[in-house]
Amino acid sequence: MALLEVNDLKTYFRTDDGVVRAVDGVSFSVDKGQTLGIVGESGSGKSVTCLTIMGLNSKRSAISSGSALWKGEDLLTANPRRLREIRGSEIAMIFQDPMTSLNPVHKIGDQLSEAMRLHEDVSRKQARARAVELLKAVGIPRPDRRLDDYPHQFSGGMRQRVMIAMSLINNPDLLIADEPTTALDVTTQAQILTLIERLQEEFGSAVIMITHDLGVVAEIADDVVVMYAAEVAEKGHVEQIFKKPHHPYTWGLMGSLPRLDADVERLVQIQGQPPSMLRPPTGCRFHPRCPYVMPICKEVDPELTAVSDDPGHLQACHLDEETKDREAAKLLAGMMSGQTAS
Amino acid sequence: MLRYLIRRLLWAVLLFVAVTIVTYIIFYAIPADPARLACGQRATPECIKRAAHYLGTDRPLYFQYYKFFGRLMPFSFRGGPHLKEPRLGRSFTNRQSVNSVVAHAAPVTASLVFGGAVFWMLIALPVGILSALRPRSLLDRIAMVFVLVGISAHPVWIGLLFAYFFGFKAGLFPITGYSDFFAHSGDTSAGPVQWAYHLVLPWATFAILFAALYVRMIRANVMETLNEDYVRTARAKGAPEWLVMRSHVLRNALLPVVTMLGMDIGIALGGAIFTESVYGLPGLGKTAITAIDSFDLPTTQGVVVFATLVIIVFNLIIDLLYAVIDPRIRLS
Repeated sequence: MALLEVNDLKTYFRTDDGVVRAVDGVSFSVDKGQTLGIVGESGSGKSVTCLTIMGLNSKRSAISSGSALWKGEDLLTANPRRLREIRGSEIAMIFQDPMTSLNPVHKIGDQLSEAMRLHEDVSRKQARARAVELLKAVGIPRPDRRLDDYPHQFSGGMRQRVMIAMSLINNPDLLIADEPTTALDVTTQAQILTLIERLQEEFGSAVIMITHDLGVVAEIADDVVVMYAAEVAEKGHVEQIFKKPHHPYTWGLMGSLPRLDADVERLVQIQGQPPSMLRPPTGCRFHPRCPYVMPICKEVDPELTAVSDDPGHLQACHLDEETKDREAAKLLAGMMSGQTAS
Repeated sequence: MLRYLIRRLLWAVLLFVAVTIVTYIIFYAIPADPARLACGQRATPECIKRAAHYLGTDRPLYFQYYKFFGRLMPFSFRGGPHLKEPRLGRSFTNRQSVNSVVAHAAPVTASLVFGGAVFWMLIALPVGILSALRPRSLLDRIAMVFVLVGISAHPVWIGLLFAYFFGFKAGLFPITGYSDFFAHSGDTSAGPVQWAYHLVLPWATFAILFAALYVRMIRANVMETLNEDYVRTARAKGAPEWLVMRSHVLRNALLPVVTMLGMDIGIALGGAIFTESVYGLPGLGKTAITAIDSFDLPTTQGVVVFATLVIIVFNLIIDLLYAVIDPRIRLS
């Protein structure tokens, strides 16, 4: 049994302008110790998917359906008490902006031990000792002294380390990392990623890595879900996705990776803007921006289907396999030529 | 910390001098002569001259201020440096010591203002927090109507309404008068119960405006804090909702309220004038009004000096307190 199995998950938000379909029928699963990368542009529903799993959406405006089976137990219908037990102890989450994710008026040590004491009956002293241990594990120098510091006395990268320490304090089975490196500078990004990878091995947790950076996915993910406009465009094993991407949106994402080895006039980008989820486009949601658009794309929303010679690799696009093979090969050849030239 | 304190105290002295000078200048600009008033309706020129000399108003303004300042200082150099009691002078109208006038009036105003502050926080905290938790609910809408009324209605009008309905019609509370908190020996009409009983209507009247302002502020702060990332972090840790509220939301949302409270004490002293007039409380506000009416400069100045000192001291206390409760602020 998969650790987490998400089936046809939908989350709609009621707003003054109408209903926003933030997540519209997303399915995926995560196995024990595995890393799943969820990729997509801002507003594609990556974060909301995970907040829904955690039950952290505003109860007043969000409506969810489908299921998120955690070890067989549906998190969407679990009572709040049970959900609280799971949150922080079995599933932990770290967020995008470390500068605002820690409470400014509490000491780091208190925030860390709070996370532990909420779930385990331990003394203050024990929780403190565990906090020191974790701060050490995430690479904070002189952890026993820094426990009594406040968040504003830490830099952004250090705060993200503290957040990671806090999420791992109860040895969770699953760590959801919502763009954990986006708000950090490039050198710190690499450090944090390496840290997450190392700790994942040490603690044996599964990880869901939400990101818009394909480079990050290539680096640490086992499986990849590419999301576009609240739906899954393509998903599969990381090698399948990178060796033979099947969806024009994935091509676009790959094509727009900045290259350091070639001078360009301007960076390649996917034309147009992500659609408003108040009124998503008919048919395939990517069709207004797709360079390969066909008449059928405007009418029929493509089903997520398995690639014929590649089971486990799912994609939602009307294009025929031949064109896909050709275009994917062309894209990869372009990327490779750059590499060999350098 | 010490340097900060010294800097603050120097500022306080400067502020104090500025405020008292302004009061003198304003008083001078008013076309009225206290000496003439002292001599009554059929004042002879000699009488006025004698009175002016006696009151000191025949001397130039700067000299009057110099005398005032000298009296107020707790030390003197005349006949060798020595400490003395700071004095505010004597009233122009009845020669009473202004020190004693202020000393009698201050406890009344203090009772009104601090009791009122407790009153308004008791209303504003629960209403503000609840309407932030349930925006657009019935409670929230009723609270907003209350806020609008509280902000728009003048305390004198509210005071008169309260006095009429709760005091005169219903006969629940006394309409006027003040009773001391500490009973003197043999005096059964004073004591904490009588004190509070006499002050219920003034407190309510006084609190309404501020309660309205604070409901609005607390509601906005709590709603803003509820959306903070660290509140989501707390929930993601599995914290129960009451703990999220107490330890993560309120702790942060109420920080600015502490500052506001400190600053509003000054405004509240001004607001007390209306409430004291309506309910005939012999506090600082009423004293100031009477003194201004009869061009009694020393008494007016006495109230101003006292109020300024109170406000300065309060702001200082609040600043120091803030540094204790908000770790991000270090006084340096």
